[in-house]
Amino acid sequence: MGSERLAVRFEGQAWTFGDNIDTDVIIPARYLNTSDTAELAKHCMEDADPDFAGEVQAGDIIVGGNNFGCGSSREHAPLSIKGAGVSYVIARTFARIFYRNAFNIGLPILECSAAVDGIGPGDQVVVDAATGRIKNLTTGEEFAAKPIPPFMQEIIAAGGLIAHVRRKVKASAP
Amino acid sequence: MAMTITEKILARRAGKDRVTPGELISARVDAVLGNDITAPLAIREFKKIGVKRVFDPERVILVPDHFVPNKDIKSAEQAKIMREFARAQGLTNYFEVGRMGIEHCLLPEQGLVGPGDVIIGADSHTCTYGAVGAFATGVGSTDLAAAMAQGETWFKVPESIKFVYEGERPEWVGGKDLILHTIGDIGVEGALYQAMEFTGPAIDNLSMDGRFTMANMAIEAGAKNGIVAPDERTVNYVRDRAQRPYEIFRSDPDAVYARTIVYDVSKIEPQVSFPHSPDNTRAVSAAGNVEIDQVVIGSCTNGRMEDLRLAARVLGRHNVHKNVRLIILPGTQEIYRQAMEEGLIATFIAVGAAVSTPTCGPCLGGYMGVLAKGERAVATTNRNFVGRMGHPESEVYLANPAVAAASAILGRIAHPGEVI
Ligand code: SF4
Repeated sequence: MGSERLAVRFEGQAWTFGDNIDTDVIIPARYLNTSDTAELAKHCMEDADPDFAGEVQAGDIIVGGNNFGCGSSREHAPLSIKGAGVSYVIARTFARIFYRNAFNIGLPILECSAAVDGIGPGDQVVVDAATGRIKNLTTGEEFAAKPIPPFMQEIIAAGGLIAHVRRKVKASAP
Repeated sequence: MAMTITEKILARRAGKDRVTPGELISARVDAVLGNDITAPLAIREFKKIGVKRVFDPERVILVPDHFVPNKDIKSAEQAKIMREFARAQGLTNYFEVGRMGIEHCLLPEQGLVGPGDVIIGADSHTCTYGAVGAFATGVGSTDLAAAMAQGETWFKVPESIKFVYEGERPEWVGGKDLILHTIGDIGVEGALYQAMEFTGPAIDNLSMDGRFTMANMAIEAGAKNGIVAPDERTVNYVRDRAQRPYEIFRSDPDAVYARTIVYDVSKIEPQVSFPHSPDNTRAVSAAGNVEIDQVVIGSCTNGRMEDLRLAARVLGRHNVHKNVRLIILPGTQEIYRQAMEEGLIATFIAVGAAVSTPTCGPCLGGYMGVLAKGERAVATTNRNFVGRMGHPESEVYLANPAVAAASAILGRIAHPGEVI
């Protein structure tokens, strides 16, 4: 996890999806009888694109529309995406539980409408984690994502929510 | 400074005089909730934090309800992780099969959530408890783990949208129809990150069960929470159940809202949400001829006493249509018992329904009524996403219990007026 956070550049192929991609299509409930990330990754996005889990490459990027990750609170959804090797999810907006969950488990996400409009399926995309700049290498277009709120940055810097809390707990121990 | 009910509750638990929308706060939680899907993951994360005990064994509530009674070996293993954790931590509010219910029916019934509470649950429909005037919202397993350890969590204070429901509800129009109509109007992201505050004379006249249904589906409009200010009806409901002291908050008359939306409910018909989105609503009369294979009456949305009474009233002496499987799931063991006492279960069985012990089961396509390819169901549940109740090419139509019962009799989406 640590090395992922230190990397400043993520490059991969874009997988585009539409608006309101819900957590039931990201990871259908029929697979929720386990919380094993590798197992969940095998079925990632299955009901939106049955080929996705088999073809996605490490570093690839998911591009969604509005309200990405709406529906259930299942953390299995961002876990399955992370487990599938996806480096970033870019969307116009995220559903709020998904947004929290993604930061908590260390799945990088960015809100950027211009990028959603300017990235097509299969485009080669680069994300600069430090600046939130996104570049479509296929078209040459560049986009600036909405800055990540400082509190979320703190969670990322700590290595996720659990590490953040562990640090707090240790600090307050007698 | 004027505040909304949501702002007042959050300010109190954050130990502040006031909070404003957009502000990040750390707030104490009155209770936290997990189920057999989300708790195992939370327990795994909790163990990494380095504290031995949960913050309060009475306030960490675990309810196995999604895949229990265990549907397969894997789900049995998950439920076991939860059960063992509950025993090891001495949790007083772990509810075993045969003594449980669907979490969002169970917690209010048991008086575990009350007015003025801040509740988080690793389940998106935790927003249901807004019906008693609590601030309640869904989170993921990692947030649950952190709150189990600390008894607090962080929130961004949401803006509120005020919904005013005026006029008198026509017959067969209940809380489900008001909320489906609302979601159809504002869309599945119409209240993204915001609080939905339900007010007006039609809410004053709505039963607690109807209010639970409305608050339950706030998440279906993307909201952080749904809330109804407590009134006499609320107090009557919570007074004898409350396991902790509660506090009543109401919005100031001059509180600031992101917007105010007014509906005249006398113009609303029973609603149906067509596949594959809760905001794809139509009036039942405009549904056309939609033949169905299954009807599900139950869930945290419509599995309460009022819902079962309504279903029994419409079913009456009609038989379930020969092409339809009608599955009825009382929300809790207590609701099941009372439905037996009132003769509702006898009615259901007589007309040819399958009645089950409380479980989420088919609502999320878990078990007990999973749909095959191409099948269609009318359900009183809250989501009709692709694959929600089974095969990705099956379809779910959301409706109130009276419409669901009428549809079960006629084998197609039907208005209750057609059979009564
Ligand atoms: S009944 Fe359905 S919506 Fe409610 S908690 Fe269970 S699975 Fe979730």
